[in-house]
Formats: sequence, structure tokens, C-alpha cells
Amino acid sequence: MSEEKATIVYENEAESGANAAVEAAATPMIEIRGLARSFGNFHALKGIDLKIGRGTVFGFVGPNGAGKSTTMSILATLLAPSAGVAKVDGFDVTKHPHEVRKRIGYMPDFFGVYDQFKAVEYLHFYGASYGIPKAEREALIPQLLELVNLTDKRDAYVDSLSRGMKQRLCLARCLVHDPDLLILDEPASGLDPRARIEMREILKELKLMGKTIIISSHILPELAEMVDEIGVIEHGQMVAVGNVADIQSRLRVKRILHIRLLDRLEEAESYLEEQPFVNKLLRDDRGIGIHYGGDDSDQAELLSGLMGQGFRIVSFSEAQTNLEDVFLEITRGGAADE
Amino acid sequence: MNEHAVAGRDKFNWRSKLINPVLDKEFRLRMRTPRAMWTLFFYLFALGLMSLSAIYLTQGMSGRGAAFNPEQSKILFYFLSMAQLGLIAFMAPGLTAGVISGEREKQTLNLLLTTQQSSATIVLSKLVSSLSFMILIVFATVPVYSMMFLYGGVSPKQLVLVFVFYLFMMIVLGSFGVLFSTLLKRTMISVISTYGVTLFMFAGTAILFFVMQSVMDQARAAGTISATTSYSWVGHIIALNPVGALYSILDPSISDQAFMVNRWSGNTQPKGAPMALWQEFMIVFGVLAIFANWMAIRNLRPRLRGRTGRK
Repeated sequence: MSEEKATIVYENEAESGANAAVEAAATPMIEIRGLARSFGNFHALKGIDLKIGRGTVFGFVGPNGAGKSTTMSILATLLAPSAGVAKVDGFDVTKHPHEVRKRIGYMPDFFGVYDQFKAVEYLHFYGASYGIPKAEREALIPQLLELVNLTDKRDAYVDSLSRGMKQRLCLARCLVHDPDLLILDEPASGLDPRARIEMREILKELKLMGKTIIISSHILPELAEMVDEIGVIEHGQMVAVGNVADIQSRLRVKRILHIRLLDRLEEAESYLEEQPFVNKLLRDDRGIGIHYGGDDSDQAELLSGLMGQGFRIVSFSEAQTNLEDVFLEITRGGAADE
Repeated sequence: MNEHAVAGRDKFNWRSKLINPVLDKEFRLRMRTPRAMWTLFFYLFALGLMSLSAIYLTQGMSGRGAAFNPEQSKILFYFLSMAQLGLIAFMAPGLTAGVISGEREKQTLNLLLTTQQSSATIVLSKLVSSLSFMILIVFATVPVYSMMFLYGGVSPKQLVLVFVFYLFMMIVLGSFGVLFSTLLKRTMISVISTYGVTLFMFAGTAILFFVMQSVMDQARAAGTISATTSYSWVGHIIALNPVGALYSILDPSISDQAFMVNRWSGNTQPKGAPMALWQEFMIVFGVLAIFANWMAIRNLRPRLRGRTGRK
């Protein structure tokens, strides 16, 4: 239904006008229904469903081999699904791959570059491959190089660029035809901390430009501050989808508390186990970690109770829960289910 | 005024019409590596060495100070033409059997496949760029051939025909190379497969021809088949051999011999070869080359509609 609509919008671009714009805005940028992909007896994807709205930055997380790259390859028209439907901007990836390619900028987890090209030639080549006239490319490429901080390397051979620079150049390549959707598979893998920060800053700028971005990573803290939504995939199935706060609230872990005591650790553990909202205790050399489901007032009660019992408390603090905690909690649950 | 100027430029912008981005990239990158220069150098060196050796030997046989015999010049031309055919057979698979698998191994293919370039553009541009380089090399050998003209015995028409045949051979072997490069993931396997097909074309068809001819001759001698039974069909086997085809350009009578015309006077053997060996060769391998390119184009990208794509 929406695919037909999208085709009509595209074919009658001139007459579509404002209605088409409204319809297009209502179409999700990515729509996946029952997507499955098998390689022989191995089922890489087992029927996933996903919708990603326009302008959303979607963090696709999961352990290695969970199915992230397979999903992204299907969206990039590089792999045929075994079953199900995947649409980009209303276009089915199997039926209208040419239209899909116009709309996506794809950066795979592993990619090569043409070493004998200069950075500027590299971008010209891809620009021309997307049918951008030379005059337009001449104006566009300096802007792209500036966006990815490679202006001073415009005439450097790609061979001479560092790994981080090559990653940024590849990102500029993704943007050369001004796609609405960026599919970035582990864009920060193998980068040193400095290069990761640079990559993250560029992605923030792209978010401000209104691009829809689907970005996979197994280094979760990198994504935490920039994603609107996350999807956790494991063993080819979507385990959780939503914004980070929603997912956190759906999980029993609301906050993690950390208590350091001078002594009587075992007694304190016994006491804490009996307290309300304490879901789990984790003991280490430095004290006791608590997965706590209560709110601020409950937390204050817990502290008063501990002090009332005469425990000598060195510190009582709340640890920041981040994507990593969420991910570990979800995937741990998944593993337990199996 | 400006618009007219721009329109005028667009109208005559043949370069953008003929040279697509992939072809442009292939041309640039191929000539930026020293490998291109060394390939050209060693090719010319090998052919030059062979020619000079052949001239030295032929002169030696004629006796010192003897005038060069045009008949010997012809033999030298045959020798050079066959040597060049051998070099093309050696070079074409090497230059084409890695064009797609090489991109796959360098992990640049997926990036190329997500652009707006069609599979046909990518495959044919790769083939054309490799062919262009081979043409450059083969045409660079023209001065070596000019030595023949010093002594006579070879017509310019023959020379042109031989070069047309070379071009055809490059297209055929190049198409097989591109096909294997598309179908097979590893360049090494693709190169071996292409050389395998080349070897079959050169040696396999020749061996098959001689074996079949011998079998049929013996059958006739033993009376297994009647003396009037025609087995001129064995000529079709040698028509698939590049050396046989090239030789039929140099010496047209070879086609009749291959089809055993006039071998047994007065019997039911056909009166003439159905066609020259080189003509049959070009028809059969022309079709195969088109098929190879079609297969390569079809298999470059996963078949999304059939949902049988491969990883």
C-alpha cells in the first residue's frame, strides 16, 4: 500500500505538491516487517519488525553475529531477504533497489578505498557515480571535506590517510548525493579515542541536518548521548525497541546504587536482601552494588535504615545507568530465556 | 548568452557520454601504477626478442650477406603473429580475471554497488578498460611488425585482419575473465579458471581434433565406417582453436584441409569448407562472449526479486 503510494509520489513528482510532501512525511523512513534471512541452515534474521521515523537517529545494538550487518546489507540492497519486507522511504528494497540506492548512504563495517585516488578525486568518482554533474560536485565536495575535517587533505592520496581519516572520507562519500538515510555499520570500529570523538561530533552535525541515521555499534556508550531510539538485536531477533529511557523504565533496573562500608559487609548484604525494591546485589572488593527499583524517597529510606542499623558507611552513591547496562540487562534476560 | 554557451558545451560534451565514472576511474587508476609501464615494457621486450631471434636465425639459414627472401619474411610474420597470439592468451586472463573479484577482495565492491551505476555499466566498463590497455600494448607492437615490411611478402590487408583477430581474442578472453571474476569470490581461483578455459581453447580443441581425426581415419581404414562416409565435421573442432583460426587468416587453404576437402578425390566429400575456420571461430566465440558478459551483468548484484541472493 505505502509502496504504491511512494511510487506514485515519485513518478508524478511535478504534480504531487503539498499533499505528496505530507504523505511522504507520514511514511516511515524504514519499515521492516517479518524480515528473515538464512544462510544454509544458519538463520541470521528470524523475522524482525522495525519502523524508524524520519529524522530519527536509531542505535542498532547487539553482540557480534546478532544480525545487525545482515539487516543493514538488506536495507542497502546488497543482500536479498529470505522472507519479509524491507522498505526505505516507502520503496521495497527488492522491487525498487534503484530508488532505494538514491536515498541511502551506506558505510559498511569493513570497506576499502582506492588508494591511488586523491581524497578529492575519490569524492568526485562517487559523486559522478550518483549522477551529480561536475559543476555541482565542484561546489559540493569542498563543503563535504570541511564537514569531515579533511579540507587540508584534499589533494592527499587516500593511501596516505590514517584509518580515522579514511573513515571520515567514507562518511563524506555517503553524503555526496545528499541521501535522506544514512546506514552506518560500526562507523567507529577500530578508531582510537580521539578519532571516535571526531566521528561522534560529525554524526551530531548530521543529526542537526535532519538526516535519518541508523547506526550500529557494539561500543554502546558511544551511542548513548546521540541516539533517539535504540533497537537491541540478539540471535536474529529484535529483543527491545524504543527510546533509551523507555527501555530503561520497562526493565526492572531503574538505578544502580553503590555502597562502600568499612566493615560488616556480609551483615549489610543480609540486611539489604530483605529491603523492598532491592532486585539484585553484586558484591565486589570495593563494596556492594544494588540494582534498585525504588525512587528517590525509597532510596533515602534505604540509607536511613542502613545508618539506623549502625553500619559504618563510607559512601552511598547512585551509578549512572547507560546503554551498556540496558543492553547487558536485556541480553542477559534473553540468554536466561533460552 | 551564458545559457547558450552552457547548452553548446553540453551538446558537444562527448567525453561524459562515452566515458562513464567507472571507466574514468579504471583509466586513471590503471595508468597511475608502475605496473602498467612494466607490463608494456616486458611485453614489447618479449616480442622484440622473439622477432630479432627469428630474424637472426632466418638470416643465418640463408647464409651471411644473403638478401632477405620475401618467403622467409612471410614465415617470420606467421611466427610473430602466433607468438603475439600466445602473449595475448597469456595477458588477457591476467588483466581481466581480477577486475570484479579484486574489488570484492579490496572491499570496494559493495560501495560501488550501492551507487546509481548499473551492473552493465560496471561490468562493461571494467572490460573496456582492460581491453583498452591490451589494445595499447598490442598496438605498441606495430613497429615490430614493420620490420616485415622492410623485406616484403606480407600485405597490409593481412596485417589488419590479424590485428582484428587479436582484438576479437582479447574481447573473448576478457569476457571469460570478467565472468569468472564475477562468479568466483577469489581472484586466484578466477585467474586459474580463466587460464583453464584458455588452455582448453588452445590445447584442448587441438588435441580433440587430432584424436577424433585419427579415430575416424582408423575406422575408415578398418572398414568400421564406409569409405564414402563423410566425417568432415571434425573440422568444426579445429575451428574452435584460436591458432587454427588465425592460421586460416594467414593461409586460407587451411580451412579446406581442416574439413578434408579434396582429400579423397572422387568421393562424396564436400566441395568446399562450409566457412573459413576464423569465421566459424568468431561466430561461436562471439556468441559465447556475449553470453559471458550477460551472465556477469546478471550475477554482479544479488537477485533481489528472486530472493535467492547470495551473501
